[in-house]
Amino acid sequence: MLLFALRRVAFGLVLFVIVSFTTMFLLSFSFDSIIGSKLGSAANVDSIAAMKADLGLDRSVPVLYAEWFRGVLHGDLGASFFTGEPVTEALPSRLAVTLSVVGPAMIISALIALFLGVLAATRGGWVDKTAQGMMLTGYLVPNLLIAIVLVVVFAVNLGWFPATGFTSFAEDPAEWARSITLPVITMAFGGAASMANQVRGTMIDELRKDYVRTLRTRGVSARAIVIRHALRNSAGPALTVFGLTFITLFGSALFIEQVFALPGFGTYSFNVALQGDFPVLMGLTAFGVGLTIGVNLLIDLANGWLNPKARQY
Amino acid sequence: MSTPTAPVAVPALALEDEPAEVRRGALQRLVRDPQAVITGLIILTFVVLGLLANVIPQHGPNEARFEAINLPIGSPDYPLGGDYAGRDILARLLHSINTAMVSGLIGASIALVVGTTLGLVGGYFNRFRTPVEWGATILQTFPGMLLLIVLMPLTGGDFRWTMAIFGFLLTPGIYRIVRNQTVGVSRELYVDAARVSGVTDMRILGRHILSVVRGPVIVATTFLFGSAIGVQSGLAYLGVGSKEIPSFGAMISDGFRNIYIAPGQYIWPAVALGVLNGAFVLFGNALRDTFEGSQPKAEKITATAVADDFEAETADGTGALLEVRDLGIAYRSPSGELNEVVRGVSLTVRMGETLGLVGESGSGKTQTAFGVLGVLPTEAVVTRGSVVLAGRQILGAPQAELNKLRGSEIAYIPQEPMSNLDPVYTIGSQLVEGIRVSTGLSKAKAKERALELLERVGIPDPQRTFRSYPHEISGGMAQRVLIAGAVAPKPKLLIADEPTTALDVTVQADILDLLRDLQAEMGMGIVLVTHNFGVVADSCTSLAVMQGGEVVETGATIDVFAQPQHPYTSMLLGSILDEDTIRDDSAMVLVADGKDPR
Amino acid sequence: MTAPLLRAQGLKVAYPVKGFRKPPVEIVHGVDFEIGAGETLGIVGESGSGKTTIGRAILGLAPISGGTVEYDGRDITALSARERRALSREIQVVFQDPYSSLNPSLTIGATLAEPLIVQGWDKAKATRRVLDLLDHVGLPKNAAARLPREFSGGQRQRVAIARALAPGPRLIVCDEPVSALDLSTQATVMDLFIDIQRETGVAYLFVSHDLAVVRHISHRVGVVYRGEIVEQGPTRQVTKDPEHPYTQRLLLAAPIADPTAQQQRRADRARLRAVQAEQDLQATGVPA
Repeated sequence: MLLFALRRVAFGLVLFVIVSFTTMFLLSFSFDSIIGSKLGSAANVDSIAAMKADLGLDRSVPVLYAEWFRGVLHGDLGASFFTGEPVTEALPSRLAVTLSVVGPAMIISALIALFLGVLAATRGGWVDKTAQGMMLTGYLVPNLLIAIVLVVVFAVNLGWFPATGFTSFAEDPAEWARSITLPVITMAFGGAASMANQVRGTMIDELRKDYVRTLRTRGVSARAIVIRHALRNSAGPALTVFGLTFITLFGSALFIEQVFALPGFGTYSFNVALQGDFPVLMGLTAFGVGLTIGVNLLIDLANGWLNPKARQY
Repeated sequence: MSTPTAPVAVPALALEDEPAEVRRGALQRLVRDPQAVITGLIILTFVVLGLLANVIPQHGPNEARFEAINLPIGSPDYPLGGDYAGRDILARLLHSINTAMVSGLIGASIALVVGTTLGLVGGYFNRFRTPVEWGATILQTFPGMLLLIVLMPLTGGDFRWTMAIFGFLLTPGIYRIVRNQTVGVSRELYVDAARVSGVTDMRILGRHILSVVRGPVIVATTFLFGSAIGVQSGLAYLGVGSKEIPSFGAMISDGFRNIYIAPGQYIWPAVALGVLNGAFVLFGNALRDTFEGSQPKAEKITATAVADDFEAETADGTGALLEVRDLGIAYRSPSGELNEVVRGVSLTVRMGETLGLVGESGSGKTQTAFGVLGVLPTEAVVTRGSVVLAGRQILGAPQAELNKLRGSEIAYIPQEPMSNLDPVYTIGSQLVEGIRVSTGLSKAKAKERALELLERVGIPDPQRTFRSYPHEISGGMAQRVLIAGAVAPKPKLLIADEPTTALDVTVQADILDLLRDLQAEMGMGIVLVTHNFGVVADSCTSLAVMQGGEVVETGATIDVFAQPQHPYTSMLLGSILDEDTIRDDSAMVLVADGKDPR
Repeated sequence: MTAPLLRAQGLKVAYPVKGFRKPPVEIVHGVDFEIGAGETLGIVGESGSGKTTIGRAILGLAPISGGTVEYDGRDITALSARERRALSREIQVVFQDPYSSLNPSLTIGATLAEPLIVQGWDKAKATRRVLDLLDHVGLPKNAAARLPREFSGGQRQRVAIARALAPGPRLIVCDEPVSALDLSTQATVMDLFIDIQRETGVAYLFVSHDLAVVRHISHRVGVVYRGEIVEQGPTRQVTKDPEHPYTQRLLLAAPIADPTAQQQRRADRARLRAVQAEQDLQATGVPA
């Protein structure tokens, strides 16, 4: 198991290097335009070249990457071209906002998904039909539309929640809860739909397996079969989908924060990208890639632990 | 599971043009599905409207006029009004459709082409499997949405470039579908047979594999088309890309900012986006139902359903352990009527006796056994009859009552030992669970009993097996474990469904010996479902021969073997390859130059 | 006797194992056998013994890691893809599972025509041949236009046999071809195999776990146990009066469909087990 974990970590590191290098390589094509926008009206061939040399962007991508990667290993991601703020200081405060939305959204949608999925898989009839209808609606309606409908109905028309803005938990917990309610609902909507569908599918697969019949003939109750056996066997696939959904929620935070004007990392990324702030963009990439790899690693390890067959390696 | 399916009439065809036939079949079903037709028509309407974007409206999408600012709906020349900059909302809406469609086309077709190619290559050719898998993993590690934004300096926000990158990000999804299907089909024996027939790899891929992969890929592409449209709108809403390009997202954003002045403006693009996206998802769903059959139904764990007019016959005390009278079991056909697969079966089993329930596949013998146990699949319905166990009617009894009986009086041994153990729990914990349910013993006592039982069924190292997971023991050992679990509560009746069919012949002999010993020890009655007359001759005191859901002959084993009464029984006995039939003609060697002239 | 049609010498099969620098797993540990023209060699063994792998190795579907295979005097141990395709006219196969051995979306006619068409037959000729083949295996002519799902297991197996016969091969590898069939169907399909052999002089490598089936169809029998052929010889000798202890166990474990005879056999088996256990004890000094 330890060997398995070490191998996965090494594998993740290699992936990190490949993906972040590729991103830097792609970004290197736009160095000229980045500097052009930084210089504004003073931009000409000479001033761009001078600035490039100044910022060290005239070096080859492998050299730039090696320097950047060395920084990553030392916990230094450089500083913003525009504000001079170190990237390692700029990111966490924004991430805290995003996490305080994505976290609750993830927990709520996972609970809804489990409840709805198991209910749909074991009840049949109108319960299943209703649950399936809810899941389909979640797929059907783009996040953006849900956000807008929520804002229009509950914020603009009813005035129950603030339409935009964010209050931190430390400042005022009640106000924080009010400020994240609508974004959390928006995110949970789509997330719950896809996870619930997956839970329903794997639960049905499990319940059709031979061992369930044998358990029934031993007099084991339906509740024990569903919870102790079918749900436990579905845990692996379900966890995988939960992890992927978590990553997806970060992606949809990019839109949703914008709609609700939350000062999170989505809004930040967008502004940074508009400016072409190279060090921050690479910092964001490092975070995004790290998140994906980290979550996948956790899923792998959890699956290894959940599945006795995989546990031996 | 042997739910009988009616053969489907298929038109006569020439030799080569099969794929067309299958496609035609799928298309015909699709055209008959209202969901597919309606959503397909909606998509088509959008396409047509988009194509007419330069024809219907009076203005260009970016033509801003001061006098048109925030014009209400129905204004002359501006049927849907004007936006905050004085542009024609209708014109922008129709051009947005084109933006959305082009986005979907770019994203979905890149994912489709790259993903399918990688999937076929990685799934079929072993030597490319690892590199292709690596490529897909790398693509999957790019932080999707964030990457599209991070690369804005590169793409300049041009939605076509953005969607091209998005297409690559979607590729792993298609790749995995195609790869899994390809690996699955490559293992099919018909692919091996084609290889042995000298068919080239290219032809196998095109003819045998692509035809299977096609359905799921079309379905997935439809969904991707929808999600590409959604993502493009989202990015445009954020303001990624040129302000010149009209798109739903940009229009929603404009309208939204204008909500306090002209509250209706965001509704048009929002509705259009919602309807278009929804149409793609629902169309994809309809496609999936057509290609892959409908979604699995929920699986309820309850007592078997009974027919509306079912009424169990009153129990009459014949003193037998198990008395099955006129049992009928049916499955509902898609059109709703009941098709009986077990038709009026009657059986009697006494204590200490073994009844062989013999028949060929589809004869209804396993269904009968499940019917007695009350563990038929959800779709099954009991139509008639009575099952009396030790004087008690158990047909149609509620689940709670059955559970009590199952723990104590009636037990079951399955055919396939491995799939009948839960893979995530140790052998020990599964045995203990069953023992505690049936006897209410404490955990420690139950463990003691489980170890005793493992020893009794002939497992060499009970302690070790107790701690093992199912995948760590052999099939023969697993079957012994299942027997231990079944006899734990000392049941009166044991129902064994082909208990040795999945085992090697040497293991089979041992298992049959074990069952015989246990029966002698506990005095239970056994119903042994089998297709093997050797097993019947070895272990059964009496037998019942089933054909087409009915029992055609019953009697003592010795009598039936010596003098079968029913022609079907005689035919079966006559088909047995007996020990004395040994091939003794010499090898046929044709004329020296050998080959068959044809 | 003239040179055999097929000769395997020291045949070994090993599958590579997933993972870095792991040694391949050897399934077949060097077996020797010969099949003469028009002859049936039965290969009998239990699950995991390697009997199926032997057949697949002859067909080029399993990786040969040692030894040689000669067909008609020519070494076919390591063939290029092109040479292997050319050999498909000579060596054919019938698999166990009649459900997965026919492509469910191809008509019977298309399945049967495929081996002919890849060998360059023109369509009209191939169609005539397909109808002949159907007739040969006892299926109606209109079967050509129908899909596999309309046929029973036994009928599908007839189609599979017809497909194997299509190019007029001299050797057919039969991998448990009747194991998935019902008793009554099994007998008729076996008879078909024998009839075809008598008519065309094709040779069979007939793999099965069922001693009764092998006895019925084979001229000679080889018994496979843990990747090795432990006993080989004329059918009567191997299946009636076996020498190797494993074959003896195998023989006595198979129940006879006769209550009285089976009672006798059970007693014989118990006796043999006692004797063999004692021999093991003497040989190794530890209880088995």
